[in-house]
Amino acid sequence: MLTLKDVDVQLAERQWCFDIELDTHGIYALLGRSGSGKSTLLNIIAGFLKARSGTVKWHEQNLTTLEPAQRPVTTLFQDHNLFSHLSVVQNIGLGISPNLKLNSTQTENLQAVLENVGLAGYEKKSPGSLSGGEQQRVALARCLLRRQPILLLDEPFSALDATTRQEMITLLRRVIEGYKPCVLMVTHDEDDAMALTASIIKMESDRIVKSE
Amino acid sequence: MSSYSQAHKNTRAWPWWMSGALALLIIIVFTLLPVLAMLKEAGSIGWQTLVDSAYLRRVITFSLKQAALSTALSLLLALPMALALAHKPRFVARTLIVNLFSLSLVIPTIVAIYGIVAVFGRTGWLNELLSALSLPTISIYGLTGILIAHVFFNMPLASRILLINLEGIPAQNWRLAKQMGMSPVSVFRFIEWPAIKSQLPSLALLIFTLCFTSFAIVLTLGGGPRATTIEVAIYQALRFDFDIKLAVALGGVQLGICMLLMMLSTFSTHNHALNFSTFSVIKTSAQSKYDHQLMDSIWKGKGWNLLHVVIIALSTLYVLTPLLALLLSAINNKLLPVVTHATTIEAMINTVLVSLASATLSLGLAIGLLNSARHVRIRLKQEQAGQWLQLSGNIILVLPPLVLGTGLFLLLRPFADVFSIALVLVITINSLMALPFILRILEGPVLMSANKQDKLLQSLGIQGFNRWRLIDWPTLRKPIGLSLAIAATLSAGDLTVIALFGSERVRTLPLLLYQRMGSYRLEEAAVTAGLLLVLCLALFSILQRLVGGRKYADT
Repeated sequence: MLTLKDVDVQLAERQWCFDIELDTHGIYALLGRSGSGKSTLLNIIAGFLKARSGTVKWHEQNLTTLEPAQRPVTTLFQDHNLFSHLSVVQNIGLGISPNLKLNSTQTENLQAVLENVGLAGYEKKSPGSLSGGEQQRVALARCLLRRQPILLLDEPFSALDATTRQEMITLLRRVIEGYKPCVLMVTHDEDDAMALTASIIKMESDRIVKSE
Repeated sequence: MSSYSQAHKNTRAWPWWMSGALALLIIIVFTLLPVLAMLKEAGSIGWQTLVDSAYLRRVITFSLKQAALSTALSLLLALPMALALAHKPRFVARTLIVNLFSLSLVIPTIVAIYGIVAVFGRTGWLNELLSALSLPTISIYGLTGILIAHVFFNMPLASRILLINLEGIPAQNWRLAKQMGMSPVSVFRFIEWPAIKSQLPSLALLIFTLCFTSFAIVLTLGGGPRATTIEVAIYQALRFDFDIKLAVALGGVQLGICMLLMMLSTFSTHNHALNFSTFSVIKTSAQSKYDHQLMDSIWKGKGWNLLHVVIIALSTLYVLTPLLALLLSAINNKLLPVVTHATTIEAMINTVLVSLASATLSLGLAIGLLNSARHVRIRLKQEQAGQWLQLSGNIILVLPPLVLGTGLFLLLRPFADVFSIALVLVITINSLMALPFILRILEGPVLMSANKQDKLLQSLGIQGFNRWRLIDWPTLRKPIGLSLAIAATLSAGDLTVIALFGSERVRTLPLLLYQRMGSYRLEEAAVTAGLLLVLCLALFSILQRLVGGRKYADT
């Protein structure tokens, strides 16, 4: 269970108070206008942003003071998910080893996720030579390899065309079914939420409205 | 807890403030201690008598006057050149000309002075031509010469910066202008002027500062006490009179004025006159063929064409002829004896040593400061604090290098024979002198690569050495190569500090050239100038390619 209790955030003269509980294997879609604080909530959970008060807990583990890399969280961003000067394998490998030294088990796992997202044979390619959809698949492969129990998706499909988007959603469903993380996705599109069979959470001005 | 989370914990990274603190400490030790030593040695200064001193007033007035005139002339000549180049995207040899103009950043001042004298001097090309046409000749010594030399250096710099701004005008604007039938005059008023207007104050400030603190040009072309700047007056006070009181007083005045200039430039809103793109190679304008045709049709007709060609030709000649004159005179019958002479070779070795050492030190300081500053600016979101940290690297812009040099001299005098450690002094101060340039070049790329992917870096726990090895080095290699090359060339060509500490025992090529020019051994001087020029160009391109990487060097 992911619990945010009385999390008080102040950012550029705006204020939010997050108070929410998410199931360990739940899938949630976070809807709301731009500027309503969707990304702020994600940044708090990921640890990019520090709250003034309140706690963020994953089961019994208090995450509030942990650095982003120490949290059981992985994020798929809208863009800039990949380092353009590194190859596909290197980009994915960085997900489990920040110095890029992989042992044989890790290398095998990496190969497995690459096949899983349908990118076998793309190992040495550079992100610049891939399409937008392929780039997001590389990023998703990294999330899959990290296997962190909390998966945050920050408008991951909004830069993609309709067909690619469908493919990505199908792939994402498979990934989620594979290791059952707690998923929180920011989106503008209710169809995306439906396709993932997500519970909808609405952000309204400064509070959260959770509906089933 | 899973294995990878533990791996993050095991990588023990330096705290983010360590590198900045170290760099800051070195900078403070190298600046504050010498200044304190200077002040102690000077004792009490009778400021009132100094204010009343006619000499001091004349020096200050002249420093400001020549800087103001140089700035105005450079900008007035750069504006038509930048416009002409922007209007003629397909001009023959345009790329060549633009890159020739970037040479003025690399050419040692003393070398250019030799070329300028060869063209504008008493027996130079121009005066030969003028007397052949029975016109009155010009004298290069005094204000005229100083202005000619300052324009030689700053007009190309200004042209490039303005051109970059003009080329930044979106292609749609040209299409709109054409569609609305704008005349060249309205194009200038409504499109081109707004694009460069915001740049002009910071550009003027930059040129003014460079000319105000100019040393070698005023030392060689300035004529006696009537044409002396503060910087040169400090040198004369120290070298000839060893009058530390006067030097400190002059340094104090210089410091005050430079602080004012720096404050103005720091707080001016468009403070981007000098950055990575100023120094990098411009290939051709990025516009498409279609837009080239469009531009041709805005300034159509023989009149415009002729005007553009004349402007480009004259500006190019102004920069090219001194270099040409230098190279031609360098090939004389003294070439072999001078190049193989032990004095020359020793000076050359010293020059390479000094330039590589001070470039490395300078780069180290810059990276130390930027590494911490980017943490402060991006992660801690303390924009102001981060900028202040970076600004500490600009301290040499307010502290005259000669004052620092003398301070270090006083500090080290009890411990070592100063003339035998002259090179150490030169390396230290030259590295501080190159630091503002390196910071300007690296700041943009460092912040940009960090800004875009900061969350990704945080979430993957890539930090410290891993971050430099895997992320920063590959993406920053090119600007790092460029800044090393610039710093090395600046140090190799610098005359300021070595003029003060150089002796028969320790010389660099710029000092040797200055001495040979001073004793009117002109053929030997020509060869030395040619050699120094070739050395600087070689250092520049080798470092840029070696460090920046071949595949990065050209783009």
